[in-house]
Amino acid sequence: MISTIFRRGAGAALALAVMCGAAAAIDISGAGATFPYPIYAKWAEAYKKETGSGLNYQSIGSGGGIKQIKARTVTFGASDQPLKPEELDAAGLIQWPQVIGGIVPVVNHAGMAGGDLTLSGETVAKIFLGEITKWDDPAIKKLNPKAKLPSAPIVVVHRSDGSGTTFNFTNYLSKVSPDWASKVGANASVEWPVGIGAKGNEGVANNVANTKGSIGYVEYAYAKQNKLTHTKMINKDGKTVTPSMESFQAAAAGADWAHAEGFYEILTNEPGAKSWPITAATFILLPKESKDEAAAAEALKFFSWAFASGGKMAEELDYIPMPKPVVELIKKTWTSVKGSDGKPLSLLTRPN
Amino acid sequence: MSEVVLQQAASLSVAADRTRVLGRLALVDRLFRQVTRAAAVIVLVILGGVIVSLVYGSWPAMKAFGFGFLFSQSWNPVTENFGALPAIYGTVMTSIIAMLIAVPVGLGIAIFLTELCPYVLRRPIGTAIELLAGIPSIIYGIWGLFVLAPFLQSHVQPALIAAFGDIPVFSTLFAGPPYGIGMLTAGFILAIMVLPFIASISRDVFETVPLVLKEAAWGIGATTWEVTRYVVIPYTRVGVIGGVMLGLGRALGETMAVTFVIGNAHKISGSLLAPGTTISATIANEFTEAVGDLYTSALIELGLILFFITFVVLAVARYMLMRIEQKSA
Repeated sequence: MISTIFRRGAGAALALAVMCGAAAAIDISGAGATFPYPIYAKWAEAYKKETGSGLNYQSIGSGGGIKQIKARTVTFGASDQPLKPEELDAAGLIQWPQVIGGIVPVVNHAGMAGGDLTLSGETVAKIFLGEITKWDDPAIKKLNPKAKLPSAPIVVVHRSDGSGTTFNFTNYLSKVSPDWASKVGANASVEWPVGIGAKGNEGVANNVANTKGSIGYVEYAYAKQNKLTHTKMINKDGKTVTPSMESFQAAAAGADWAHAEGFYEILTNEPGAKSWPITAATFILLPKESKDEAAAAEALKFFSWAFASGGKMAEELDYIPMPKPVVELIKKTWTSVKGSDGKPLSLLTRPN
Repeated sequence: MSEVVLQQAASLSVAADRTRVLGRLALVDRLFRQVTRAAAVIVLVILGGVIVSLVYGSWPAMKAFGFGFLFSQSWNPVTENFGALPAIYGTVMTSIIAMLIAVPVGLGIAIFLTELCPYVLRRPIGTAIELLAGIPSIIYGIWGLFVLAPFLQSHVQPALIAAFGDIPVFSTLFAGPPYGIGMLTAGFILAIMVLPFIASISRDVFETVPLVLKEAAWGIGATTWEVTRYVVIPYTRVGVIGGVMLGLGRALGETMAVTFVIGNAHKISGSLLAPGTTISATIANEFTEAVGDLYTSALIELGLILFFITFVVLAVARYMLMRIEQKSA
């Protein structure tokens, strides 16, 4: 009896091992940012249907993605926080923006309808610094003269794990508030002056949904999925904007990718009457010389395919695809990914 | 077993083979001894490996911050300035809250089950406790976040703030605003998680009390309370303390559930309602995104500190047990 179980167990384990081995042989693997995970997952599914090649993407966070690609344990890394050109060179990587999304402040406030509350960058910075502690603070009242604001405490919710979302959010606050820049600064994780921390975009969304009087920040898709009340923001041009595809696109349009060395460009606080102030691109990191050429070539094929035919899927999930001219620029940088014979791998992907 | 083999050997051939068979048996015995000893030594090797790799990994942080690491409240990834105090405080504090709740309740359950419970209820309650121990910690975390925390925020915490608002020490311990999640909530969750350990181990050791002892006590007119207090608990003290320590060990190291409900803020606050963090929650939250060697190293040093705290707690428990055994001997 026991021996039968053992034999069956061993058989199953063997079958599993064989399956895994076979799968690893044709798949490309990536790891990193959680912010674009929904769209990467969707693309991978469609790509598998079309070509048979699979993508295994672990959304472990931008920092993890950077670490893993530096250690060359994955085919590509993904990060919402771009590496500086000198860092890229040191690690022998190239990077490019793959897709653009928006980060929105979300609030939980009884009796407040969607998008009714307007905040400015300075006010958000003061709330997250703990200088504004009540909803009926004069600064918030001034921005929302018609709203009925209760004298309830503001509960700040932030990310507890390091994240690219946090990097872009704190980067924005640093740009609009000198106080924030000097006291806290911008990073994937910072020393938060106040508030409770929650893990992941979904953690922040849950905590805001559950906690009365709370404010947090999440990637736009998470706010929509969880039906959270987002705020309007006052942008660099002094105009009030609502988060939407249109306002993210407006912010992205202003970016000067052609002159950004290594595509190092952060899209927060972009000028333009319609620009959403906390817009962010998410980046792909790829080694110039890959350990596994076949996988690297396959990855380039995948991203080329995503640029060509993944745009609609991205829009369905509220991401902005990269504009055509930018894609051309990106494809140019792909030629620096070389195989062992010194020839660019991206020649394989030319058909697009 | 050996007799069977010997009989077979004898029936098979002559006396000369006897020594060979005996020799083989001795060889098997020696082999058995060596294998089991190797298995036991593996524990020490693994433990040593853990310590060495923790010390090695935390070396850069030790060099950078020295002993100040233990007493610093700063946790700033931007400037790479780290301190362990808030995490240590949170770990110890949540475990204390958990033990304050779980020890009396756990002992209560065990005493009820062994001394007072009608037979029909024994099985269901006993099984329920074991099921409680089998629930994965992430489930407790989700339940804590979605059910317990909102409940505490809207019902329990405002009441606590109102009730203790005027009493000196308690007014700081229960200072608002009611976040729902925080140190107290984490303590509650931990209490529920360690409860089954304490309850089921206590029940098992209570059942080892010889019936004669209890009958003797009843015989001289002792009440159920007196039997429990003066016979059952003294007889099983060592086992009960063992169960409590097992629970405490779990409370100190529990990660997932705590991460969900503690609020993950690197701050020490006088209020139990305020968010805090624990060592394991900090590591779980930040390890994947810790870019920079010093950051990673600081997290590993936190791990080393947790290892040390657990070690000290177990050592103290051993010492206490030794003292009790000496006294009773």
